[in-house]
Amino acid sequence: MTNEKLTQGADRPALIVGVLLLIVAAFVGYDASQQTIVSNYGIGPTAMPYVVCTGLVALGLAHFFVAFRGGLPKPDAADSGALLWIVAGLVALIACIALGGGFVIAITIVFACTARGFGRRALLVDALIGFVLGLVIFLVFAKLLTLLLPAGPLERLFI
Amino acid sequence: METTVALLNGFSVALEPSKLLFCLVGVFLGTAVGVLPGIGPALTVALLLPVTFKLDPAGSIIMFAGIYYGGMYGGSTTAILLNAPGESASLATALEGSKMAKAGRGGPALATSAIGSFVAGTIATLGLAFLAPWLVEIAVKFGPWDYFALMIVAFVTVSATFGDSPLRGLTSLFLGITLGLIGIDKLTGQARLTFGVPDLLNGVEVTTLAVGLFAVGEALYVASKRFRDPEEIIPIRGSLWMTRQDWKRSWAPWLRGTAFGFPIGALPAGGAEVPTFLSYSTEKRLCKYPDEFGKGAIEGVAGPEAANNASAAGTLVPLLTLGLPTSATAAIMLAGFQQYGLNPGPLLFAEKPDLVWGLIASLFIANVMLVIINLPLIGIWVRLLAIPQPWLYAGILVFATMGTVAVNASPVELGMLFVFGYLGYLMRRYDYPVAPMVVGLILGPMAEAQLRRALQISLGDPMILLENPISATLLGLAFIALVAPFAMKGLNKFKAAED
Repeated sequence: MTNEKLTQGADRPALIVGVLLLIVAAFVGYDASQQTIVSNYGIGPTAMPYVVCTGLVALGLAHFFVAFRGGLPKPDAADSGALLWIVAGLVALIACIALGGGFVIAITIVFACTARGFGRRALLVDALIGFVLGLVIFLVFAKLLTLLLPAGPLERLFI
Repeated sequence: METTVALLNGFSVALEPSKLLFCLVGVFLGTAVGVLPGIGPALTVALLLPVTFKLDPAGSIIMFAGIYYGGMYGGSTTAILLNAPGESASLATALEGSKMAKAGRGGPALATSAIGSFVAGTIATLGLAFLAPWLVEIAVKFGPWDYFALMIVAFVTVSATFGDSPLRGLTSLFLGITLGLIGIDKLTGQARLTFGVPDLLNGVEVTTLAVGLFAVGEALYVASKRFRDPEEIIPIRGSLWMTRQDWKRSWAPWLRGTAFGFPIGALPAGGAEVPTFLSYSTEKRLCKYPDEFGKGAIEGVAGPEAANNASAAGTLVPLLTLGLPTSATAAIMLAGFQQYGLNPGPLLFAEKPDLVWGLIASLFIANVMLVIINLPLIGIWVRLLAIPQPWLYAGILVFATMGTVAVNASPVELGMLFVFGYLGYLMRRYDYPVAPMVVGLILGPMAEAQLRRALQISLGDPMILLENPISATLLGLAFIALVAPFAMKGLNKFKAAED
C-alpha cells in the first residue's frame, strides 16, 4: 500500500470529492423534495432519489474519513499544457457545431488540437489531415448511411 | 433436442450471404479498432455502435457479435505486442505475452491466443446455447422482486470487483445511478433532475457516458502523462506458427481456461478479471517448466486468453436470458439492443427466436472468421499499432465526436460527452474505476422499475423482498459481498497490529 502517514492533516483530493458528493446529494434531495406527482400504491418517483441521496451522503462522509487515513492514491504530475490544447479543441468543436460551422470544420479543429496536445508540431499538416478525415466521414454518412451530420456552409457544397 | 433445432434455425438465419457479410465487416472493424492501444472491447463496441445504426436489427446485432469478438481479439494483440492491455481482462495475457514477444516468440503467442480464443469461444458459445433456454425457463418464473435482488447483486459485485477500493467503486456506481435518475420517470411522467433543460428529459445516453468516460477520458489521461511511459512495439520475429511443442503445451490450458471463464462469466457477479487471473495462477502451478513463468511461458498466454474469451461468452448468458449486463461491454451491448427497441430477457427468446438464435449462431461464425482472417492478416494489425500516438488519439476523439453527433447533433449532448470525458480523466487519475458508473446508469433505472413493480404488487410492503426465497438469498449474497472486503480489511489490520 502507498499509504503515507507523513502527510499532515487531511488529504485534499479526498476532502474535495467528499464535498462534491455532498453537493450532488443536496441537488438530488432538493429536486426530489420539489416534485409534485406522487403515486398511490407502493413508492413514487421520489423514493429512489432519496435512497440515492442517502447513499451519496454516506459515500461523501466516508471520503472525509478516508481523507484522514492516507487519502486517495497520489497521482503523478500532469502535463497541463497538453490537457489545455485538447480541452480547447473540444470547446471549439462544441462552439463550431452550435454556431452552425458544420461537421468538417469542427473535426478539423479537434484533430489538429489533439495532435498538438500529444506533442506534434505540425498544426497545418494535422489540420489538413483532420479536414480530409472529416470530409470523408461526412460523405460516408451522407451517401452510404443516409444520415446527415451537422452541415455548415462548406458541407452544403457537397449535398 | 429443442435447442439443437433452434440453433440450426439460427444458423439458417446467420448463414444468409448478407448476414455473413455483416458478420465479416463486424469482425474486421472490431479487430481494427480493438487493436488500437488503449481501446478495449467495451470502447470498441461503443465507438462502432453508430455504424450499425441504420441496418435492420438482425443484421446489426450480428455485426455486433462480430465487433465484440473482434474487439476481444484485437485487445489481446495489443496486450502481447505492446504490453498495453486495453482492459483489465487482458492484464494476465500481457504478463507472459509481452515477455514471449520480447523473446522473439510473438508469433506463437498471437497464434495460441487466437486459436485458444477460438476453442474457448466455441465451447463457451455451445454452453450459452444449451444453458440459455434452461435459464429462460427459470427466468420466466422470476418476479420483479427477484429481478431487483439480482440487480443488487450485480451492483455490489461490479463495484466491489472493479478496482481495488470498494469505496471508490461504490462512489463510481452511485454517480452512475444518479445519472440514471435524470429524465422523465417512466411510471408517472415526473421529470427528475432536468433543471428545465429539455435535452435532459430523455435521460443520459449510455453511449455518450461510455464513450466520454472511456475514449475521451483515456485520451486526456494519456496526454497528461505522455512523457513518462513511451510505448514500444515489439516486432514479431521468427515463425508465426506454433511448434508441435507449443501445441502440446497449449491445449490443456485452453480447456482449463474455458472451464474457469465460462461459469464465472455466466454468474451475475461476472467479470473477466477473476477467471483470467485464476487461470494464470493455475497454469503457473501446473506448468512443467515453472522457471519459464515470468520469462514468457506459452501456458501463461493460452490459459488466460481462453478464460477471457470464455467469460465474454459467459456474460452473454445473463445478458440474453435476464437482460442483466454484468460487464461494461455487456452494458453497452444492452444499450445497442435497446437502440433497436429490443429488450433482452426471457420474452425475447419467445418473441424473436430468429434473432436470438441467429445471434448465437453468428457468434460461432464470428469465431471461425476470426481465426481465418486474423492469423494471415496479423501484419496489417501490427501496422495499425504503429500509428503515431498524436494521430491515434486525435482519431479516437474524432470517432467519439462522430458517434455522438450521428445519434444526436446537439451542443448539449456534445457538452455532456466532454464533461464525462473530463470526469473520466479525473477518475483515472485518482484510481476510481469507470465501469461501475456505466453499469449504474443502465441498471439503476431498471432496478428502480423492478422495485416499484414489486412494491405495487405487495401494496407497499417491503417485506416481499425477504419473503421470497430467491430474492432473499440473492440479497443475502449481495450483503455478504458488500461487507466481506471491509471485514477482511479489518482482519488484516488486526493481524498487522499483532505482528
